[in-house]
Amino acid sequence: MDAKVSSQGMTIAGKNFSSRLMIGTSRYPNQQVMMDAIEASGAEIVTVAVRRVSAEAGGEGLYDLLGDRFHLLPNTAGCFTAKDAVLTAELAREALGTNWVKLEIIGDDETLFPDVEQLLRGADELVSKGFIVLPYCNDDPITCKKLENIGCAAVMPLAAPIGSGMGIRNPYNLRIIREQVSIPVIVDAGVGTASDAAVALELGCDGILLNTAVAGARDPVKMARAMKLGIEAGRLAYEAGRIPRKLYATASTPTEGAIEL
Amino acid sequence: MADRIFVNGEQRERTVDSIGALLTAEGIDGANGGVAVARNGEVVPRSEWAQTPVEADDRIELVHIVRGG
Repeated sequence: MDAKVSSQGMTIAGKNFSSRLMIGTSRYPNQQVMMDAIEASGAEIVTVAVRRVSAEAGGEGLYDLLGDRFHLLPNTAGCFTAKDAVLTAELAREALGTNWVKLEIIGDDETLFPDVEQLLRGADELVSKGFIVLPYCNDDPITCKKLENIGCAAVMPLAAPIGSGMGIRNPYNLRIIREQVSIPVIVDAGVGTASDAAVALELGCDGILLNTAVAGARDPVKMARAMKLGIEAGRLAYEAGRIPRKLYATASTPTEGAIEL
Repeated sequence: MADRIFVNGEQRERTVDSIGALLTAEGIDGANGGVAVARNGEVVPRSEWAQTPVEADDRIELVHIVRGG
């Protein structure tokens, strides 16, 4: 496509990605659908988790399947404390040979909302250990600012609870976050369908991380493609600059020369 | 009495004397990546698996990469 009318990619920690989508590997109907959906999404960054070998987690051969083709981003899902998250990140670094981590430290099992105190502590420790830290956080501009100051490579505010599909609950906070921090803002959690992704990008967010919205769709592969297009449309609209909202009409057809009876 | 160790939170009898031997005994092939080991809260780098001892009361975590969001 002509560079003048294609949307730009994103850069995180000095690494360029043509896709603004990061996609998860969980909850697909089967492995083939997962692979087809990832392919259709165009995502280059694919999230994975770290679990005890004996656990029933469906991870057989996942590294061999994905490792060569995608930038694997390990998460610290299920961690409640900075201590657990740091060890999980270190294990992931050893298992994957990457110092990137999606830092997720939750406060409880029901809301899966981040524990901000532990998150800041964990981020600080991981940054000082040389990790590229991408923290899942609240859509709170102050927390995001603190995460930036700690040295995180991006902030990943939730748009709604994980897996809820509720869409962008607070677009104004996301706009403020985008204005207040200079690192990439990736909406992580809450996106339910392609229009949600488009809205996030129109607000100026740099990218989206999602999983359930695609994996749980009736046709995950089609939804993956829809997300890719939604993100591209949203980004193009953001770069193009939308018209201001006005209460009253403005004629688009010129009035000069109209007949008068 | 045999030494006691904990592997992924489960108490076991110690039947091996190195991390490398433990992985072999567990049928885990970590050669290509995707697997990591922690001993008493510290990650053991792949290059040190063979010579890192497994001692009485050690707490070993054997993890691998699985699906996640």
